[in-house]
Amino acid sequence: MGKYVREDKEKLSFKVNRQAFVSPEILETERDAIFSKCWLYIGHESELPNKGDFHRRKVGGRNLIFTRSQDGVIRAFYNSCPHRGALVTRENCGNSKVFRCFYHAWSFNNQGELVGMPDKAGFPNDHNCDGAKNLATVKRLENYRGFMFVNFDDNAVSLEEYLGNATEYLDLVADQAYAAEDPTLGMEVLTDPQQYSVRANWKLLGENSVDLYHGVPTHKTYFDIVATRGGTMEKDSLVGEGKDLGGGHAVMEYYSAWPRPVGKWIEGYGEEAKEVIEKNIERLEAKFGKERAHRIAKKNRNIWIFPNLIINDIMAITIRTFYPIEPGYIEVTGYALAPKAEGENFRQVRNDSFLEFLGPSGFATPDDNEALELCQEGFLNAKEVGWNDISKGMNREVPQATDEAQMRAFWRRWNELMLAEEAKREGKEAEGVNA
Amino acid sequence: MNITRQEVEEFLYHEAELLDEWKMQEWADLFAKEGTYVIPPIGSPNADFKTALFLVHDDRARLEQRALRLLKKEAHVEFPHSKTTHNVSNVRIVSNEDGVVTVKANFVTYRAKRDFLDTYVGVNEYQLVQEEGELKILAKKVILNLEALRPQGKVSILL
Repeated sequence: MGKYVREDKEKLSFKVNRQAFVSPEILETERDAIFSKCWLYIGHESELPNKGDFHRRKVGGRNLIFTRSQDGVIRAFYNSCPHRGALVTRENCGNSKVFRCFYHAWSFNNQGELVGMPDKAGFPNDHNCDGAKNLATVKRLENYRGFMFVNFDDNAVSLEEYLGNATEYLDLVADQAYAAEDPTLGMEVLTDPQQYSVRANWKLLGENSVDLYHGVPTHKTYFDIVATRGGTMEKDSLVGEGKDLGGGHAVMEYYSAWPRPVGKWIEGYGEEAKEVIEKNIERLEAKFGKERAHRIAKKNRNIWIFPNLIINDIMAITIRTFYPIEPGYIEVTGYALAPKAEGENFRQVRNDSFLEFLGPSGFATPDDNEALELCQEGFLNAKEVGWNDISKGMNREVPQATDEAQMRAFWRRWNELMLAEEAKREGKEAEGVNA
Repeated sequence: MNITRQEVEEFLYHEAELLDEWKMQEWADLFAKEGTYVIPPIGSPNADFKTALFLVHDDRARLEQRALRLLKKEAHVEFPHSKTTHNVSNVRIVSNEDGVVTVKANFVTYRAKRDFLDTYVGVNEYQLVQEEGELKILAKKVILNLEALRPQGKVSILL
């Protein structure tokens, strides 16, 4: 019997040990097994349009500088002075040719090279001939259609191989650039991401982000409000599929009552937006044909890229990433993604559509976060009431979007990585004993 | 408009009291017909709604829906209702021209729920007008003087 995950294909039962959400030891193992081995989202290439643009980012518990260097290449540096360790860049974002540590005034160009320091005479002439005093670079930084990821494991497989079947769904998001008049401008992330927190375990937010079963009970007030704007529940609303994409990635793809800026108009968007959306669909059909255009325009996608990236292409597109500070506390960053060439008036319609549901002051996300916090509270009983049930839809040939196949996909991969890490550690301990 | 700082203060204290007593319809009624309620991104109070991701950007209809939603049992994050204390201080009239009074006031708002007490601090910027003989809010902009919504995690109440 698995100690974390118990899957019984005959009895159609899938259980997860609640210790996975509360144990500090499990979190410590996750930091190695998951956050030091997997590809982790750092940002979108559109956030660095110009040479010298930079963002300070925390990824996988590391402090990084995400920048477009003077040679035009996007790089990620560890934001820590090679001299005595201080954070080099303190601003959240900006444009700079030089990053300077204020402590002893060591300066680095935006390619990470040490270019200035006081009293050079106190060091040998060849003190940086091996580059050891340059800003350390995150060696693995890769881009899939604008979505940029880092990996702290130098031996990791390529990003594309890691994403595997999930690329099909990232394409359906990135291809929305073709809905706008000039698709060559691509997609862009809006400025000022929402930085918030949830007093709950990180895996709960992942589960919640691809969970359609909770939609109606948790978000009744949102559905009521959208209905006043013409977004009423229809026969196919919330109908669709939930899929295990392999590698821990998962998606649900389905129709909705809510509108979609790319291709589903409701009265509340206004008449001007109706014309824009009709044109969006025309352009998508011209580029991709009717079937794929329909899929991009009308269907919603909630994508969970293992371990901590969510891309929800719903009443707007949000990119959400999160990291555990404690078993019961996470830091979340939420971004908005949109076609860059979109008109200004329509962008306002899109952003209203986003804020109505999404974000820490939307009409829905705060209720989600409340649910996660109540789960975390409920896990105080983990010793006596020890297991989560994630078996919905195991009795169906094709799991529906409102089933829980998406979560099972995550947990299977999580379990694999955790058990492998524990086996590795036990092996090392045994070696230690023998020696 | 003929108005003193004391009259403005009384109006703002009244607003704070309505919020702390969860009189949400009455709060929405303080807004003019074209009233707006906005929380720009933290750190970018003058951000452009077309290029930046705001926290709240409500027109008159949406701010009323926001207020009334909070009274529903299905607004789970605020059921049972949290206890809030809205404090208003440093009230100053910035300008008073063409029938619009611009006011800035600092705020400290506390929200207590279950085991946590969360604090929101910042400056509220108001544009006040007379409508049908009553003082009304034409625009309210909440500028949060925080670095991030941490550890509060959300703005589920009205600020």
